[in-house]
Amino acid sequence: MKYIISTLLTLAIAVGIASPVQAKRGSDGQLNLLYWQAPSTMNPNLSGGTKELEASSVVLEPLGRYDENGNLLPWLAEVIPTVANGGISKDLTTITWKIKKGIKWSDGSALTADDAVFTYEYCSNPDTGCTQSNYWNDIKSVKAVNSRTVKIEFTVPKPFPYAPFVGYNAPILQKAQFDGCQGAKAQECTEQNFHPIGTGPFKVVDFKPNDVIVFEANPNYRDTSKPAFGKLVFKGGGDAVSAARAVLETGEMDYAWNLQVEPEILIKMEQGGRGKVVSAFGTSVERLMVNFTNPDPSLGDMRSEYIGGNNNRNAHPYLSDYNVRRALSLAIDRQVLVDAGYGKAGKISCNVLPAPAIYASSANDECKTPNVAEANRLLDAAGWKRGSDGVRQKGGVRISILYQTSTNSVRQATQAFIKEMWKQIGVETELRNLSASVFFGGDISSPDTYQKFFTDIEMYTNNFSGTDPQTYMSNWTCKEMAQKRNKWGGNNMPRWCSPAYDALSAKMSISSAMKDRIRLTKEMNDMLMQDYAMIPLIHRGNVSAHSNTLSGVRMNPWDSELWNIADWTRK
Amino acid sequence: MIHYIFRRTLIAIPTLLVISFIIFAILDLAPNDPTGNLPMTVPPEVRAKIRSSLGLDEPMHIRFGLWLVQFCVNEPLNLLHEGFGISIGDAENRTRILSWATRSPVVDLIIQRTPQTLWVVGLSYLFGILIAIPIGIVSAYRQYSWFDQVGTFISMVGFSVPTFFTGMVAIIIFSVQLRWFPMIYDTTLVVDSWQNFVSQVKQMIMPVAVLALYNASQLSRFMRASILDNLNLDYVRTARAKGRSERAVLLIHVLRNSLIPVVTLIALGIPTIFSGAIITEQIFRVNGLGQLLIIAIEGADIPLVQTLTFIFAVLIVFFNLIADVVYGILDPRIRYD
Repeated sequence: MKYIISTLLTLAIAVGIASPVQAKRGSDGQLNLLYWQAPSTMNPNLSGGTKELEASSVVLEPLGRYDENGNLLPWLAEVIPTVANGGISKDLTTITWKIKKGIKWSDGSALTADDAVFTYEYCSNPDTGCTQSNYWNDIKSVKAVNSRTVKIEFTVPKPFPYAPFVGYNAPILQKAQFDGCQGAKAQECTEQNFHPIGTGPFKVVDFKPNDVIVFEANPNYRDTSKPAFGKLVFKGGGDAVSAARAVLETGEMDYAWNLQVEPEILIKMEQGGRGKVVSAFGTSVERLMVNFTNPDPSLGDMRSEYIGGNNNRNAHPYLSDYNVRRALSLAIDRQVLVDAGYGKAGKISCNVLPAPAIYASSANDECKTPNVAEANRLLDAAGWKRGSDGVRQKGGVRISILYQTSTNSVRQATQAFIKEMWKQIGVETELRNLSASVFFGGDISSPDTYQKFFTDIEMYTNNFSGTDPQTYMSNWTCKEMAQKRNKWGGNNMPRWCSPAYDALSAKMSISSAMKDRIRLTKEMNDMLMQDYAMIPLIHRGNVSAHSNTLSGVRMNPWDSELWNIADWTRK
Repeated sequence: MIHYIFRRTLIAIPTLLVISFIIFAILDLAPNDPTGNLPMTVPPEVRAKIRSSLGLDEPMHIRFGLWLVQFCVNEPLNLLHEGFGISIGDAENRTRILSWATRSPVVDLIIQRTPQTLWVVGLSYLFGILIAIPIGIVSAYRQYSWFDQVGTFISMVGFSVPTFFTGMVAIIIFSVQLRWFPMIYDTTLVVDSWQNFVSQVKQMIMPVAVLALYNASQLSRFMRASILDNLNLDYVRTARAKGRSERAVLLIHVLRNSLIPVVTLIALGIPTIFSGAIITEQIFRVNGLGQLLIIAIEGADIPLVQTLTFIFAVLIVFFNLIADVVYGILDPRIRYD
């Protein structure tokens, strides 16, 4: 109940802020956005990259989307369906969305439930190669009940059925436009993919792939006084530092996205007084993955393989010792990492699931303050003695860690810091970095992917989109272990396996009451953290900058940063 | 001469075939994945589907053969069809080389970006030549004078300081401090009025200047060295002994002879105009071919990388031939037949 009240309150406040006296449509002239990664298509179903999702979000819209606090808002729908209002069936297998009256596509035709049904068919067709198809999982059918009502039937009970038609990943396409573009044809429909017709505040006028997109105000947008900007230029390419400079120092651009820039540079630029740096924290956590299996190359095929049911018979020589894992976490001074590499874009995190706030646990806050003495004591007590070279060992096993991550200046700096911190507890570290397209690429013939994890520790950021952690938390169940047998297709990189955790995950998938879901999620998070299956480092935020002359920007980590662009105005 | 050109062209065909295969093989063997840059929230099954929708399931020789047919047959036929309205065969259902990132025909992307590269990089090359030749001449003629010393210093700086640095410095001075020129190249600008022409010139000044400095410093050193080689030769002494003016000796006798190696060098450098100035284009956000290539490499957009690099290979082979031919024309002593 408390949650519902606070949601309503934030909603009320949000609505209050969002409705100042509006000028006429197009009265504020041109808006310039700068994304240093340039969008390569306008069809979000053919590229899962954030840049394409952001660009297409000003044109294509979903039925429901998230505001900056993670609350679900009806967008093209009249209300968010719930069990209480009858929109979701009691057995949690169907959800019925009602589309608002009078919504028109930018070409003037009416949006109907058939468009929504078509969107599902388009993306679920395996030949389309739809990158968003995981938003359409477990669906039995999507039907148009009448011209404004869509009913989705699931094959399993869905306690949180807000994936299809929700957020910028799953917006509605126009059936009339994309009808001939299903399946294998999807690849060849260049014209449609570059100029999709949408219901959003803007429509595409000119699309230059990997360079620039020019939009103008949608003449058929549902609110006749919006958007305030008549023209929108979405420029792409270049690098993050100069993107920040174009907004904060020269003022050529109004908004720059994803400014992964050294904190001190950003602070200096902001002092110029032309713009503001804004950040928002979603679910991204930079973390160390701990390998519970032995990655020794001499094992050949059995490298980093989990053998044995609940009893790991290919255990890691030293990381399988709880004390070692805990000591590694205790030795890290996370504040140093935040200050050096992240600034406004990072906060210390002791949880793998730090957000939405209702799910965040406070049981693991030990990690907030480093404790080298305690780490040393733990290792001493566990029998890991320092050798003549200062490196701890026990029974011929030296704690010498091979630590890999992707190539990125902040990550390499973090690696160097952590290496020094671990040196203080007698742990030797060898650093390794790999090109992102190799490390994150799924090439099963390469030994260097994060999925294979043929090293002792690896570091990267993971997150989930939307606000429901169910699927994300199921990543660390036993059956998700990335192994040879599933061609390293699982999500459980540490190969950490616990029947108790699996039971919690199963329970989560059938619980629909919010308080149960919160309790289960916290429990799962704490289990992972307290067994040090992963060592969380930094809760990462998105950082953008906007010009001082722009108002209405509400940075949103749960959806497109441009989600409310219809409300942006020039001061 | 015709016979020579014909023979060289014939030799070029197998060379290019081998080059295209090597490029393809290298790109194929590289541990690169077009789905590697997708967010981690995209599950592996979906990635597998995307890969198969891109045709990556086929074995390598089939993909190579397909690309070769598309590049050598389908794309030229399509150009004829769209450019001149001549259709041969089934023009509608012909498959074209599609870029993986944009799902649009690779050749269209290249055509869209070529003009900007030719304008920015081509102009900088031209200006580079125009600056370098006089500087080279004066530096050589007045060797070790203050002009030569300053020229040497500037060209050393221009040659050894990378363009990403000079570009950054230019942006900080002229865009951030003085606010004379924009730091972002507006690729949507259409030159249809005097005012737009001025903005076009303004936005081109920095990238062109940065690249021209780099090109000029290289060429001026060659020009200087080449003139110095010639100045001590017997024919120069003869010309002077005949009583010709210093001006005539330098600009007619010495210059023509010294230009021979420089012209070859210029011809060999022309393909680099097409390949764009990767770094400079990236810094100033000029949507040229170099930027296209670097984005394609980062996104593991193999068909685009493959096609672009192969076009560069064709240009290099072609301009090598041109250089050889020009050499023969400039220097009557060289005969190929």
